[in-house]
Amino acid sequence: MEKFFFQYRTFKSVVMYGLCILSALIAVVPLVLIFYHTISLGIGALNVDFFTKLPKPVGEPGGGLANAIVGTMILVGLGSLIGLPVGVFAGVYLAEFGRNKFGTIIRFLTDVLNGVPSIVTGVVAYTVVVLPMKHFSAYAGGFALGILMIPIITRTTEEMLKTVPHSYREAALALGIPQWKTTLRIIIPAALGGIVTGIMLSIARAAGETAPLLFTALNNRFWHTTLNQPIASLTVFIYNYGVSPFEDWIAQAWAGALVLILLIFILSMVVRFATRQRY
Amino acid sequence: MAEVLEKEDIIINTMASLPPTSTKTTDQPAVKKITAESINCYFGKVHALKNISFAIPEHSVVAIIGPSGCGKSTFLRSINRMHELIPDSRITGKLTLDGDDIYAMDAVVVRKRIGMVFQKPNPFPTMSIFDNVSAGLRMNGMRDKKALAEIVEKSLKQAALWNEVKDSLSKSGISLSGGQQQRLCIARTLAVSPEVILMDEPASALDPISTAKIEELIYELKKDYTIAIVTHNMQQAARVSDYTAFFYMGELIEYDSTKSIFTIPKKKQTEDYITGRFG
Repeated sequence: MEKFFFQYRTFKSVVMYGLCILSALIAVVPLVLIFYHTISLGIGALNVDFFTKLPKPVGEPGGGLANAIVGTMILVGLGSLIGLPVGVFAGVYLAEFGRNKFGTIIRFLTDVLNGVPSIVTGVVAYTVVVLPMKHFSAYAGGFALGILMIPIITRTTEEMLKTVPHSYREAALALGIPQWKTTLRIIIPAALGGIVTGIMLSIARAAGETAPLLFTALNNRFWHTTLNQPIASLTVFIYNYGVSPFEDWIAQAWAGALVLILLIFILSMVVRFATRQRY
Repeated sequence: MAEVLEKEDIIINTMASLPPTSTKTTDQPAVKKITAESINCYFGKVHALKNISFAIPEHSVVAIIGPSGCGKSTFLRSINRMHELIPDSRITGKLTLDGDDIYAMDAVVVRKRIGMVFQKPNPFPTMSIFDNVSAGLRMNGMRDKKALAEIVEKSLKQAALWNEVKDSLSKSGISLSGGQQQRLCIARTLAVSPEVILMDEPASALDPISTAKIEELIYELKKDYTIAIVTHNMQQAARVSDYTAFFYMGELIEYDSTKSIFTIPKKKQTEDYITGRFG
């Protein structure tokens, strides 16, 4: 009898362990598929021209998405100009001073903003930026992306700052270090790795957005001359080319997806290296 | 506790008023470095300190003993206003440092003059040993590298850590052992040259050898500093302190020279506690 129970327990353990491993593998499968497809389908259209030339009209072979690569970088850069400072400062406020009703409300609203579909953000940006300016622009696109980035950065910054043990705050304050310097020089550096991860997540999300850009930055088949006019972006090109009936455009869409993934990958590597903990 | 009572001691102790005057080094009555007048402290509805009046003589070590939750840490923290970090805390009464009202001063100034060492060693994790010790000075605007190096060396020597770390000042503060980390924290506190050092169970997380080192250190430090130490270890209180205060349920039950507290306590509660009958 006892032996039976032992065997049954071992059997259950093995089954559950197997299920856990299986689930872990399933979780990775989509990523592997994405990499496999983008690389196998996109690598063929990747060449020097892709990074240096403008898109060619239908029917003409060759050309590249140089303007879209630069455009995506500019749009994400503009978005970061809004999202980074607002998000980080809001996160610092919530973590260090937000233990009150106002903080609770802000925290809740940030979560709501995080859940707003990006296309809605795009429509809002269209209403408050594009309509008054009467034309699509890179500024409008950056504004929409910035709004998308704010809640992600705010919440991760807050969560990461909260993981810093209270004892460091006490130690710093007990040395007669003013609170703002304690936050800036002790607490934020201690949580920097996590904050950077949050920022990179938000940048990756912004770089991958298409819907809000359709309403704001639109697209541009040529080089933009100012940021006050429509600007190209990889995602909108991927969208336009991907649904087109032309084979070379579809191949370029895959190449664009591959470049987008690589850009984000390289950026997060560089940033992580630059902000790594010394100890 | 097996100390031989001398006739002289008994006479002095029975005549002693609070705070007792030091009979060891000088015939002059000791200068009162810190005085507390009817301090009451509340956390929300909890009345944590009840009408504490107390004085700490200059260049002496005062041990604060009592069972957990008796308010001894709270009292220590109220001296350098660290209790203010806890929301809902409220304090009434008067606390002075050299006659100046501590609650009328700027908290940052108070904490520069009254340093604190915590129960768990808490070196700043993102900083080297050197940066840890110099943190208080650097973050209050000191830039002179040579002067910083001198102060770091002096502080580490005072904290009896210099010989162990002089070749690895650029290593991480948290790479040290627990006992070394605690001495690093003491050095960090000394570097800002406070007048008073508060120690909240500084050796309770350490092994006996490290504890002995910290105790020796306290003995050395009292020449230059005034020290208040909270401890759960009665032998430690007896070894390191000149005066001992016994707290129970938020009240100061008895305060006298360490010798008389441990040999002829006047209150029954004190006697029960130090003989291990409760607490």
